[in-house]
Parts: sequence; structure tokens; C-alpha cells
Amino acid sequence: MYEHNTSEQLGETLPMTTTISFSLNGDKISYEIKDHWTLLHLLREEMGLIGTKEGCGNGECGACTVIVDKLAVNSCLYLAIEADGTTIETIEGLASTDGTLHPLQQSFVDNGGIQCGFCSPGMIMSSKALLDENPDANREEIQHALAGNICRCTGYIPIFESVEAAKKMGGQNE
Amino acid sequence: MSNTKREFSVVGKRIPKLDAAQKAMGRAAYIQDIKLPQMLYGKILYSKYASANIIKIDTSKARALPGVHAVLTGEDVPEKMKMGFIKDNPPIKKGKVSCFRDEVAAVAAISPEIAKKALDLIEVEYEELEGIFDPERAMEKDSPLVHDHLKSNVLKMPWDIHYGDVEKAEKESAFVVEDRFTTTWVTHCCMGTSGAVALFDASENLTIYTNTQIPSLAQKDFLEALKAMGLKNKRVRVIKPTIGGGFGSKLDTYAYEHIAILLAYACRKPVKMVFDRVEEFKATSTRQPTIIYIKQGCDKTGKLTFRDMRMVLDNGGHTSWGATTPSVMLMPISSLYTVKNVKYTAKCVYTNNTYSQAMRGYGNPQATFAIESSIDMLAEKAGIDRIEFRKINKNHAGEETPQGLKITSCGLAECIESVEKELDFKDKSEKGVGTGIASLIHVGGGARIYGSDGCGAILKMDDYGKVDIFTGGTDMGQGLDNITAQIVAEELGLLAEDINVVHSDTDICPWDVGAHASRSTFVAGNAALGAAKKVKKKIQDFASKLFETPAEEIELKDKMVFVTGNPEKNMPIGKLLRKAHFSPGGNMLMAEHFYDPDNQNMGKELKGNMSMTYSFGAHGAKVKVDEETGKVEVLEYVAAHDVGRAINPLLLEGQVYGGVVMGLGYALTEEVTVANGEIMNANFRDYKLFTAKDAVKIKAPVIETDDKDGPFGAKGIGEPGCVPTAPAIANAIYNAVGVRIKDLPITPEKILAALKEKNG
Repeated sequence: MYEHNTSEQLGETLPMTTTISFSLNGDKISYEIKDHWTLLHLLREEMGLIGTKEGCGNGECGACTVIVDKLAVNSCLYLAIEADGTTIETIEGLASTDGTLHPLQQSFVDNGGIQCGFCSPGMIMSSKALLDENPDANREEIQHALAGNICRCTGYIPIFESVEAAKKMGGQNE
Repeated sequence: MSNTKREFSVVGKRIPKLDAAQKAMGRAAYIQDIKLPQMLYGKILYSKYASANIIKIDTSKARALPGVHAVLTGEDVPEKMKMGFIKDNPPIKKGKVSCFRDEVAAVAAISPEIAKKALDLIEVEYEELEGIFDPERAMEKDSPLVHDHLKSNVLKMPWDIHYGDVEKAEKESAFVVEDRFTTTWVTHCCMGTSGAVALFDASENLTIYTNTQIPSLAQKDFLEALKAMGLKNKRVRVIKPTIGGGFGSKLDTYAYEHIAILLAYACRKPVKMVFDRVEEFKATSTRQPTIIYIKQGCDKTGKLTFRDMRMVLDNGGHTSWGATTPSVMLMPISSLYTVKNVKYTAKCVYTNNTYSQAMRGYGNPQATFAIESSIDMLAEKAGIDRIEFRKINKNHAGEETPQGLKITSCGLAECIESVEKELDFKDKSEKGVGTGIASLIHVGGGARIYGSDGCGAILKMDDYGKVDIFTGGTDMGQGLDNITAQIVAEELGLLAEDINVVHSDTDICPWDVGAHASRSTFVAGNAALGAAKKVKKKIQDFASKLFETPAEEIELKDKMVFVTGNPEKNMPIGKLLRKAHFSPGGNMLMAEHFYDPDNQNMGKELKGNMSMTYSFGAHGAKVKVDEETGKVEVLEYVAAHDVGRAINPLLLEGQVYGGVVMGLGYALTEEVTVANGEIMNANFRDYKLFTAKDAVKIKAPVIETDDKDGPFGAKGIGEPGCVPTAPAIANAIYNAVGVRIKDLPITPEKILAALKEKNG
């Protein structure tokens, strides 16, 4: 309730608002946004989808990765207003409605791809964008696709193994 | 060795991390994700100078900004509210600032944006002072003083140690090498930034959600903070949410936590303080930088005769735990390889740089870099093969080192052999390719830094065969939840999934000294095992009456209770628990256990067996050095560790891989660039972490020596992975192109400069 008054209280010009429509994890959404919001702000702070993480706010760590129209993007750099008309996937949309984990989620669990877990949603989303596009991605292609996602815990090896194992599990479950 | 032949059901299994599915679904709540009703947002204003007097602070404009609930300066901090282990650092400074990260004011507001805006409205007038940034220069008599009242920049610390007779041993040595090494600032780079949410209830008791590795010690610090604020006899509840990495960074309490408490009290509302990434780089603590002078000698046969080390540590503007890293450095200095005569002096020197904290390995990586680089040089001088030289001097079980460390289990020789087997050290087929080796010793059975090195555990069984265990231990991603569950499940004949591990909440969990010193598997593991054994005894006693059989003959396996040699006399454990509960004089099966290892504080003579057991390892690296560009490519890496027993090989590999890659960053790329006290690379573009593109092939052979005191024989493995990495790489570079780089990180520039000097 406080945030909506922020700019006014700062004595600044009230920011423009725009209503955008997009598909979020299969749901049709219409949302009134302020034009300066990032997609990360919209997802996390406004819509409460905390699975998408902010690691740097500067497009350097990949923790905030979501998929917009099949492309992995850093949602901290992506303006929410640009999401109008797009199809967005976040970590919250991956598991099936019956609770079955997406093969990538399951393989990250099974292969030690997750320790502290802070980079995991972004890692999994980058991996999903890769496998959706290139289901046979080899090790080099996996490394390339994950080059923008930093992990400090695992040394990356279990993450590569997780993606490779997910490939064998059949990539998508949608 | 009682466990060697034993078949395990749960221990030794690659069971995925218990909270991994929650994390994979994005459901785990980190400090960033906590929102409470009426919550305010705190922000900190930092110093504009490395050294300055604060002449005046005008907060009136910030206070007048709508939405601002509180503005605090050093004047608002109670006199006795101090941080750091020598309690000399107030959370907001007044009078003088000693480094760029010094806090000069803080605000709480209804949104992060307003809080930031309020910081901009605080007017601080400084008088800039001459700063001192070189610790060796800071030791000189005419140096400016960082803290005027101390009369000297050199801390009063006891590190002046002499075991045996180094002078005599040096005279008698056939070969001696001497050199200077340096290591610089590196930082943890936890993916989740630091943060806390503090709130007071109506009776002025504090609850604080915070990223901490030390819930119990943090509780003590915050109780002292409340006392300083005039709040006596209050309760403090510390809750650690899921944290985005620790690596030692959360082993102290920090200004942001104390400021969150002050602001929450000033506003009587919850206050959330979360760092952004720039702040995380600039205002959290680094690994302690060192200047190391080392001299070592050996006799004609290659046996080490003495080791003489002198260090200068840049303490920065204030004292945090970084200043005590010499106590851990002493361990490899006195005890890596058998060496009887050892000398070590260390001076921690205040400068106007940032200050240091614990970071994975706690001084050991710095010391081991110098020792193992120097060992290579000594072996070469003595004309002995570098691997052979290490075997000649290897540690062994039964040894008591000059420091008084008692080596019980020791797989160092096996680790070296394992590296030799996995890596071809003779391969000189390609130009610019070379190999290197380095070993490690680390505490593996707790570390008695405080009066207690203990951990408590409370175990209760429900009516259906499920267990809740409340441990003092802290999981921060490393996997203590699994280790605890697997140990308890093994002892009670259950599955890991039957065990719910509750941790990191001081209202619920027993005391523990913290997740440090690679101690959790050993100490928290033994606490859990102790509680499980007590409950098992109760089950056996109850079943003994039920089956009219001696208690010793009751076994627990596959969720069943049965009589040894008479398996048809059995009962599912859930049924037995219900019988115990719902019989006349009913009984709930619960137990508590506090495990405090029988290790020793180092006394005034700085001798003592600080850990119950020690972990060993050897790392081998094959690198390719491009002589045109100076770039180093790590072609192969082998990290062999003596872990006592692998409770969970999947998580164990994760610790080793993660440690090695952190160590490779330390060796080759990572450096907090500091110019006159100011951090210049506070972002992931300029602070070079290894990325997925740079990932290295790592083999991680596990040596199991079945430690007699470890839970099911296990020793600690949290830190060792990053301990001998830098010297293994430095030694490989020397082997590849004949230049020895003595200053970390080993950048292409340094290699090119050294090649130029060598080739003329």
C-alpha cells in the first residue's frame, strides 16, 4: 500500500502507468504497471513470484533469468512495459499441476545441481530455453548457454551433468 | 576401525539434498523474500573518504522527507554497542571514519526508493585525513595512525611462536630456500546478498531474520546490543532463512544487523535491510590479504628440517575475525608435512583499507600457497622429484606435530598416490603444458576457538515412525540437513526421507557454535548420532519387554524392529511407537544430546590439539600456458581428499568441486581491486569469477580412513577443496614455462612480465 505513493512523496512527477497484457506461465494476465518497472520488479515485488531472484540488478549474474517468447532474458534489465503481448515463463510455471517436477528441475535435484539454491531458478530457466531450442545440446553448447549464470557453490560440473541428465529424461514435459 | 567392514543402508548413499526440490521450484524463501506487515526499509550511508574526521552531519532534510520514519547517526548509537571480537567497532561511526565502508548514517522509510532518496539528503561535512594503505608502511613509526588512541597500527596479538630450534636446524640443513609471497583481497560473492529483518514485539523482545552461519553466537551479540540499548532481560530470537551461500562471510554479526535493530526499535516497526550487489562488494568483509616471508630447509635425504615464516596481515580499518586467521595459518605452518622446528610470527596491521573476515579455509589457503610453492622450490634445489619429496615428508597417523596436533587418521600418502594415478605428471608432450601438485591439512573434527566447540540436538519420534530432529547445526546449502538425516536414519533403521531436520531458529534449536571450520558433519553429526543412539536404546528397552528378549538382541532395520536371529519376532517401528505411547505409563520417544569434542584451546604457549582429527588432501593440476598472451588454461584437475567417510558422496563432490573452483579463482582471476582504500571493481564484470565457460574438468577421488571419532568415521570437507588449489596451479605454471609467480592472483600480465624477465 505504501509503494504506490512513493513518487508523489518524493515530490517527483508521477510516473506514467500503462496496462499491459501477457501470458504468464499459461495464465492470461492484464496488469497496470508503472513504465519504469523492470520485469523483475513486476514479478517479484508486485506479483509475489519470489522464485525469480535478484543477484546483482545489473544483468551480470543471471539469477533473475526468465523466458520471454522462448528467449532467456535477464528480467532485471527487461522493462515490464516491453512484456506487453509476450509469453513469459518463470520457475513457478515449470512443475506440472499434479506436482511433478519438470525434468530439468528433477535432474538438478538428483544430480547435485543445487546447493544454496539462489542461482537455481535462473540456471534452470536458462537451461530450459536452451533445451527447448536445442534438445541435443552438447557440453560446449550448455556451457555457452549458461555463461551468463553465475554459481558460487557447485563449480558448475553438477549443473552441466543435471542438464545432460534432463536431456535424457526427454527435455520438456509440457 | 570398527566401521570399515560395516554395511550401511543410508550412510554413503547419494541422496539428493533434502531441500533441493523446494529450491528448484522457486519456493525457498531467502532474506530478500521476507515481507512483514508494516515493514520499513533501511539503508546505510557510507563514508566518502578512507580516513576523515566527521565535522558535521545535517539530517534535517532527510527527516523532513515524507515516508521517512527514522534517521540515525553515530550520536544515536549507544556507547556500548560495539561489534567485532574485540568489541571496538560501533555500527555507525562518529568522530572519525577509518575506511570507505564505515557507516555514517542510516535511515528507515516506507519504501526502498524513499530510503535511498533520504540518504542523498543527508549532508555530511568531512575533514579528509592522510590515509595509510600499505601495511608495511603502516608499521613504521612515522605512519599516520588509523586509530589515534591505540598509539600504534600494529594489533596486540600473540603470534610469535617458536617450536624446537629453527636457528640450529637451519645451520644443519643441506638445502635452504627463502622467498616472499603475497596474497590479496578476494571476496565470497554469495549469490544471495546480505540482509536482515528486525522486529520487536510488544514486550520489546527482538526477533531477527538474518543471513547468519552462527545463530547462537549472533543471539549473544544481539542480546548485548539490546543491553547496550538499555533493554535488559529481553529475549532474542534469531531465525536464519534459506541463505544464498555462506563460505565464512556470515561468521560475525555486522553493522547492517545492528542498524536494523536500532531502526526497528526507533520506529517500533519491522525494518528490512538488504544489500544490493555493489554494497555487497564494498561493505562486506574479504579474505585476509597477506605478505608472507618463508624460509624452509631439508637435509640431504630431503627430510624437512625447519620452517620459518613471518607474515604481515593487512587488518584494514577495523578488527573482525580476519585478524585471528593466523591461528589457523599456524596449523599448516606447523603441521603440513612432518617438520620439527617451526617459527612463526604474524603482525596484523591497521590500514585505511577494507577489513577482513572468515572465508573458506580461514587463512589456510594463504599459508598453504607459500608453503607448497616453497616446497616445490626446495625439492628442486635438493634435486629430488617433487612428488617423492612430499612422500618423504608425509604426515602419518600417530604423529604429534610441534603445535601439539594429534594426527589420528591420515590418508595424505593415499591422496598423493591417487593424484599420481589420475594425472600424468611426466607428460611434457606439448609446449607450454605443465603439472603441479600441492597438499593440505585442515581441521576435520571441530576446532576449539571458543570455550565450547559443542552442538546440541533434540530428537523426537512421532507415532508413525517419523523423526523430527532439531539441530544446533546450520545448513547454508552445504548439506548439513542431509548429513543429519542420513546419520539418524542409519542409526534408527529408517530412510533419510523419514527424518525432518529443523535448524537455524534459536527459539527451537539447541546451542551450537556455528557453521565454521568444516565442523558441522563431525560435530553436529556426532550430536545427532548421540541423540539417535539414546532413542534407539529406549526402543530396544521397550521392545525387549515386548519380545521378552535381551535389549542387545533388538535390531532396527527397514523401518522394522526385530530380534536378532529370530526375524519373525518383529514389529513395524510405527506400531511399536504407538504401543509405547498408548500403554499405561505411556512414553514418547525423545532424546537430547550435546556433543562437545575433546579437543583443546590453544593456551598461552599456542600449543594444543585444536581438533579431534584432521582432514588431508592432495591436488594435482595440468595447465597450458600461452606464452604469447600469458593466459593459463586448466586442462585437468584432480582433488583427492581423506574425508574419513563419505556420508553422502553426491554432496561431498559438490563441496570439492565448488571449493576447487573457488580456489582456481583465488589462483588465477579473483581480486578486489583497491585504490587508496576504495574498491574499484564492485561488480561481476570486473571481479572475475569463474563462469560456466571457464569450468574445469575435475576428478575428486575420495579416500576413506574411517576416523575413530567421526560419526560413522567421517571428517570435515567444507573448506579443504579451496586450500591447496593456488599452489597446485602456481607449481604447474612453473613446471610448464619455468616462471614462478609469487603473488596472487596469477594474471596473464604477471606471467608475461616474468617470462620477459626470464627470457631477457
